Amino acid sequence: MTTVNMPSTTGAAMPTSSGFLGAVAAWLTTTDHRRIGRLFMGFSVLWVLSIVVVNAILGFERIDSASIAINEGALPQLFAASRTLASFGVLIPLTLGLAIAVVPTQVGARSIMFARNATFGFYLWLFGTAVVVGSLIANGGPGGGSATMVDLYLLGLATTMLGLVVASISVIATVITARTAGTDLADIPVFSWAALIGAVSTVMTLPVALGTLIYVAVDHQYVKVAFGGNTEISTWLGWAMTQPQTFLYVIPVVGVLAELAPAVARKAQPLRGGVFVGIGLMSVALFGSVSQNIHDFEWSGTVSDKVQSFVPYAMFNLLPLLGMVVVLGLALLALRSDTLKITPAFIPVFLGGGMILTALLGNAVQLLSSAQLAGTVFEEGVLHYTTYGAVLVLWGAVAHWSTQLWGRELPAQAVIGLGVLGFAGTVLAALPMYIAGFADQQAEVVADFTYGGPTGLWNSASTIGHALMALCVVAGVATATRSITASASTGVAQ
Amino acid sequence: MSTAVERALPPGPAIAARHPLFIATGAVVAAGTMMVFGMLAVWFKFRDASPLREGRNAKMIHDWLPADLKIPEVATNTLAITMVIAAIMGQWAVYSATRKDSQHTTLALFITGMIGIAAINAQVAIYKQMGAVLADGAYQTMFFTITGTVVALMCSGVAFSFVAAFRVLGGRVADRAVVTAHAMYWYFITTAFIAMWFVVYVQK
Repeated sequence: MTTVNMPSTTGAAMPTSSGFLGAVAAWLTTTDHRRIGRLFMGFSVLWVLSIVVVNAILGFERIDSASIAINEGALPQLFAASRTLASFGVLIPLTLGLAIAVVPTQVGARSIMFARNATFGFYLWLFGTAVVVGSLIANGGPGGGSATMVDLYLLGLATTMLGLVVASISVIATVITARTAGTDLADIPVFSWAALIGAVSTVMTLPVALGTLIYVAVDHQYVKVAFGGNTEISTWLGWAMTQPQTFLYVIPVVGVLAELAPAVARKAQPLRGGVFVGIGLMSVALFGSVSQNIHDFEWSGTVSDKVQSFVPYAMFNLLPLLGMVVVLGLALLALRSDTLKITPAFIPVFLGGGMILTALLGNAVQLLSSAQLAGTVFEEGVLHYTTYGAVLVLWGAVAHWSTQLWGRELPAQAVIGLGVLGFAGTVLAALPMYIAGFADQQAEVVADFTYGGPTGLWNSASTIGHALMALCVVAGVATATRSITASASTGVAQ
Repeated sequence: MSTAVERALPPGPAIAARHPLFIATGAVVAAGTMMVFGMLAVWFKFRDASPLREGRNAKMIHDWLPADLKIPEVATNTLAITMVIAAIMGQWAVYSATRKDSQHTTLALFITGMIGIAAINAQVAIYKQMGAVLADGAYQTMFFTITGTVVALMCSGVAFSFVAAFRVLGGRVADRAVVTAHAMYWYFITTAFIAMWFVVYVQK
């Protein structure tokens, strides 16, 4: 099956706007799927930059565990910002934005279904994340000192989740109902399939978090008894911002890898159905996360105890890993081709895909109780691999579809260079956390920890990794902005 | 010699009858179901964690519902039956819309909306009869949160009913998609309420 990629007619049908205000108004009230997708992705990049800077600050603080340079009271907010924005500011909106921009053309639709709904979702999300960040700055969030700001954080988080669910519904409706006549669901491009699975996973899991959040918010507002007030917010809602839930957020990212591999190999994907199954397997994590429990594997007790512990662990943590291995294996199989011609966009996509596989492996290891990694920075390493890996893949995806998104290619050297630099940054940021995790470095702590090993080395390396990622993000934004401006000046439709 | 008709390509596949509004409403319903059942799961968790005490018939029960609170069972059971009728009215609207019967479609939609309003009123009456205060403890907080969420869903259902009714009044009786989506939404609200009713009002 070849990718359809029909040009969208919606953009051409839009009224042309004159002047700056007209252009702004056209963007703010847009129903063009490419613009809605670009709005999602554009503002997500702002949050990518924010979390990379926050992670760099936290990493820097950990280099010397004997002292703290920043205000100690701000640490809960910095950790909350890093975690909340990684999931709700970066992973879901970036992938959702790409899906909104690309999926309609892939399935042969005129536009995204319920385009105003998608735009509304974008505004809900933007407002929600802005409120979350504002409340964190003003001493809100989990463990925050200001009760009003904690309430505001919960309100912002609820709005963010609503926005993401609303926009995801547009993606689901597009793939299911707006395909070209005669195109079966099994015939759609792999990325569209992954976008559908990702959107369904979002729609099925975020409302569970939303329901719990309503309890937590009401309790925090009135009683602060049942749900533990501000200190227990992460206990109740943390599952939505950690693994395996975050793996659901990156399912469309895996779809990008599966889409590009046969494209650069210039041949049909062998065992295409297997790729669909692999992507579907990743969504099994859904059942694990909505149970709101950690499914670790404890090697103790009777055989029956071990089996009872192993089955949910394997279902919710190993099956998504198996899904990723299947997709990656079939992508490699597609790459065994005489007509292979690696494109610049494929390099960051491939490297980023490897990072996500490393995250899945790390999660599987972390949940072995005998590894004793619970409560260590190992989990942060898994989240860094997932987040930065997804950003890398999406950088490649934007490069791949840039002509479709704004009518001009990104420079090849920049795509490759930033891809490789981002890869180095991801490994430097996350791998030392894996090592430090085995050495029992505590999670969400920046001082007063000691262990037998080069503490400063691991945390310095991680800080350098975050700094490299920050550099990549800034350079990536500059490269994309130049390309967009150049295409605008040459009169390509925006 | 073959004719032009014989040489012509076979006709393309028939355009699949896809219903975007129905699918989108289905996604909303799925999301809402996950939310309500997720909230019920948290309710179970708290109830199971509550200490045991001796109840009627010397049976050991969870000390979850405070002893000074009484569930008005007549009102709650009547409300459950009312919700089922709302779903039936929603389906009646679909039945009438299929037959392009605008009068009955409008009537059914308005009745659904009015039943929704009556259900909200009944829920408020239950609050008053119980005399519970939200800030009094964990049970009260969770009780008001979960029932309040279902009331919010009912409000959205009422709005949906009136929007659909006015569309039909405006002459869009042939646009069956909205009426069908409306019925599905009311099935969901009814299911969500019945689940909540069983757990909160019957099992206590």
